[in-house]
Amino acid sequence: MAAIPSTAFRWREPGVLPGFGLSLGFTVFYLSAIVLIPLAALLIRPWELGWVGFWEAVTAPRVLASLKLSFGGAAIAALVNAVFGLIVAWALVRYRFPFKRLVDALVDLPFALPTAVAGIALSTLYAPNGWLGAPLAAWGLKVAYTPLGVVVALVFIGLPFVVRTLQPVISELGAEAEEAAATLGASRAQTLIRVVFPALAPALLTGTALAFARAVGEYGSVIFIAGNLPMVSEIAPLLIVIKLEQFDYAGAAAIGVVMLAASFLIILALNLVQSLLATRR
Amino acid sequence: MRKPTEDGPIVRGVCVALTIGFVVLFLVMPLLTVFSQALDKGVEAALDALTNPDSLSAIWLTLIVAAIAVPLNLLFGVSAAWAIAKHDFRGKSLLVSLVDLPFSVSPVIAGLIYVLIFGMQGWLGPWLREHDVQIIFALPGLVLATIFVTFPFVARELIPLMTDQGRDEEEAAISLGASGLQTFFRVTLPNIKWGLLYGVLLCNARAMGEFGAVSVVSGHIRGQTNTMPLHVEVLYNDYQFVGAFAVASLLALLAIVTLVLKSLLEWRFADEIAAAHRH
Repeated sequence: MAAIPSTAFRWREPGVLPGFGLSLGFTVFYLSAIVLIPLAALLIRPWELGWVGFWEAVTAPRVLASLKLSFGGAAIAALVNAVFGLIVAWALVRYRFPFKRLVDALVDLPFALPTAVAGIALSTLYAPNGWLGAPLAAWGLKVAYTPLGVVVALVFIGLPFVVRTLQPVISELGAEAEEAAATLGASRAQTLIRVVFPALAPALLTGTALAFARAVGEYGSVIFIAGNLPMVSEIAPLLIVIKLEQFDYAGAAAIGVVMLAASFLIILALNLVQSLLATRR
Repeated sequence: MRKPTEDGPIVRGVCVALTIGFVVLFLVMPLLTVFSQALDKGVEAALDALTNPDSLSAIWLTLIVAAIAVPLNLLFGVSAAWAIAKHDFRGKSLLVSLVDLPFSVSPVIAGLIYVLIFGMQGWLGPWLREHDVQIIFALPGLVLATIFVTFPFVARELIPLMTDQGRDEEEAAISLGASGLQTFFRVTLPNIKWGLLYGVLLCNARAMGEFGAVSVVSGHIRGQTNTMPLHVEVLYNDYQFVGAFAVASLLALLAIVTLVLKSLLEWRFADEIAAAHRH
């Protein structure tokens, strides 16, 4: 009898290194215990309200207003970050200027600074008597305790995502394409718009999507500057906290599920657009 | 004459001015605000606010939570990277994306999921109450929420790094008769130590500074379940601005130290850090 050929289904390719079972076992156990099972609890919980109850919980006017603010504010902030992040990343890679290294290191500040600290700092800065709030108030622009304040905090939180996604792409761009365009008689502006920008577009989109995803769920840096007026400047994560304090677990979970689902759908859509952009190039 | 692939002086000037302006407006000024508000009533007042019992207990609690959460995530990161980078199996890419999952979940939802399981009306709530075990509004809840939000930091640094480094050195060590542990500590660990440190640095900064997730599970009991960021919130909402900003400036200092060390690691050990390759 010949040995059975080993073309049967194998879920693991054999290797000589030890510790596969132990390391994978611990990884899967830890991942399940900390992330997967608790997230499953979130997905299951709201259905104790039934379909109708779930629908009523997430379409209550106050909930809708908060979702609108969280997603709308995040979208505006992501757009602001797309524009300024592109400029900052371009300047950091292509130009030399004083304090460049310091500026480069500072871009990561929103990653490193605890969100509560950012929140009280922004709130104080933009309060009507703050360093920036006072001159803005003189122009009749109120930032703190309005939806505009929410956007300001979300811009702060999202900046590094765009810059850090674009930087490596800009440095790997190389001069050849730009040189070719210039040789063929394109003006610098034409080169930037028709050659450089399309090459950066996928990374710009990724960075903007990351900034958006982070901003949708952001809590700490927003709640201090927002003023938290129901229907006006109350973000969805705060409403989850409020529902939990009222022991409305299912209602809180319902908002959580909607937020998770919406952000995954948006990220999925952006990934689709991105792969379309990539195939077109 | 400038090269045709260089931007004109006006474009340059405008870009640099916008960059510096944006960074000063959105990053430098908030940072300066923290320290200037903390020192508003003098150094004495700030130090007093930092050394009162509630602040000290918040600092202590923050250190304890980080001291539990960071090593556990370190162990997970190493273990996940060993399984993923050094072996081939089906479902690997799914596992890699699941590891990153906590980064796309709102911190508030991170806290919420544990309340749904361990809270008063959670799945295990009644059982836990009968057996007098408290998880929510106590240390275990804070640790769980912190582990969740800092979950991917070490793993996502080590997985690409160890994948790039390949398996040749470990396979040589094993075939020369080294045991698995010897191979890991003598061959793998020296290769990944800077990347490991980089991941731990970021993990620790987030663990000590996390607000949203721990805020949901903490219950804000002064002197008991308030970590430093939560203590900042309580003081700020009490209009104790000097105290709030004094504790906040301690956290801001932690952020600055983290950024300096991070830049140093990226600059000095660029080849040995996966994150640096992405730059």
